[in-house]
Amino acid sequence: MIANLAQLAAEETKQNPLVPAGPELLIGTIAFAIVFFFFWKKLLPNINKVLEERRAAIEGGIEEADAMKVEAQSVLEQYKAQLAEARHEAARLRQEAQEQGAALIAEMRAEGQRQREEIVTAGHSQIEADRKAAASALRQDVGKLATDLAGKLVGESLEDHARQSRVIDRFLDELEEKAEATR
Amino acid sequence: MSDNGCGFPAPGLNSFLFKPLFTVGGFEFNKVMLLALVTTLLIVVFFSAAFGKAKVVPGKLQMVGEAGYDFVRRGIVYETLGKREGEKWVPLMVSLFFFVWLMNVWSVIPLAQFPVSSVIAFPMVLAAIVYITWVALTFKKHGFVGFFKNVTGYDKSLGAVLPLVMVIEFFSNLLVRPFTHAVRLFANMFAGHLMLVMFTVASWYLLNSWLVVGAGVSFVMTIAMILFELFVQAVQAYVFVLLACSYIQGALAEHH
Repeated sequence: MIANLAQLAAEETKQNPLVPAGPELLIGTIAFAIVFFFFWKKLLPNINKVLEERRAAIEGGIEEADAMKVEAQSVLEQYKAQLAEARHEAARLRQEAQEQGAALIAEMRAEGQRQREEIVTAGHSQIEADRKAAASALRQDVGKLATDLAGKLVGESLEDHARQSRVIDRFLDELEEKAEATR
Repeated sequence: MSDNGCGFPAPGLNSFLFKPLFTVGGFEFNKVMLLALVTTLLIVVFFSAAFGKAKVVPGKLQMVGEAGYDFVRRGIVYETLGKREGEKWVPLMVSLFFFVWLMNVWSVIPLAQFPVSSVIAFPMVLAAIVYITWVALTFKKHGFVGFFKNVTGYDKSLGAVLPLVMVIEFFSNLLVRPFTHAVRLFANMFAGHLMLVMFTVASWYLLNSWLVVGAGVSFVMTIAMILFELFVQAVQAYVFVLLACSYIQGALAEHH
């Protein structure tokens, strides 16, 4: 292979691969210059502008998302605070209602007690009054019956006399005293 | 084709010679020049289509263009020069990358099948552009004395070795560098093309000889070499631009 190359090189002494040809240098320069100027003046500024816009858009989106996150956080905090407040309020109301209920019950119980005592007292005095009325009526009836009976027995009316002397009353008082004593 | 005894038409420098397609007043226009101009046309047409009416939400073509552009801009220029210093070098480096790459890719395109960059004139033009840019930038940045300090790697702490280092650095930076920059690309493409021609010709040659099995092997090698060349083409374009960037970076660097 190397021998071949050497042989070929000897045969083609005019051709040296390391010596550039003038026309090719010219074409190469032109070809590259066109590429370079297109990139430099037109295409890269174009794409850079778009890349910058995209970057801005992405960053804008991220900023927006951040802002929304912060807002959501604050709303959540607010909501939690309100909830806690509401719970507190509810607990307070319940406590108050309990207290009020207890007070009401106590009040009603006291009222009931009072009314009961009133009724009992009224009943007692009524009974006392009735008893007194009954006793006095009974006394009169018994006296009358006794005098009637005695009159009939004696044959004469002792009414006037009895009324004057109050014998019967005295007798009945004695009876009562005896009854009291034996009770 | 030469005959070295066995009749195998070994490919050589003759593979890099083209008869002029036409001649205008003594100017011989050949296939390589045509390919170079088609390279320019393709790049301009493709990127005009991709970036001409660029949108914030890209289409498929724009997406492909952006991927290529971004690869050079971020992957090479920003990496070596930084975003702030690198920005104004992006157009040059992007142009260099796609121009070199496409010139290389012609190597495996049917009908063309010849890498433009295997003709020394084309790498040389590009290397010269980078070289002139680098020299001018170094002068502008550091002044006349600063320029020589920069290219000779002047550093007092080296002491007695300094003169030697300065001579070597001067030689290496100012004289050898543009040569290696151009030849690295040229030689890779040159050798690659030679290999492809070699295996292609051998496939055909062996098919008509008693060693038919050899034709199969040679053909498989041709396919393998095409794939390998595709890789080398991209790598060489990348290396060419990376070196250009590192030269510019050297010019921008402060003295030690």
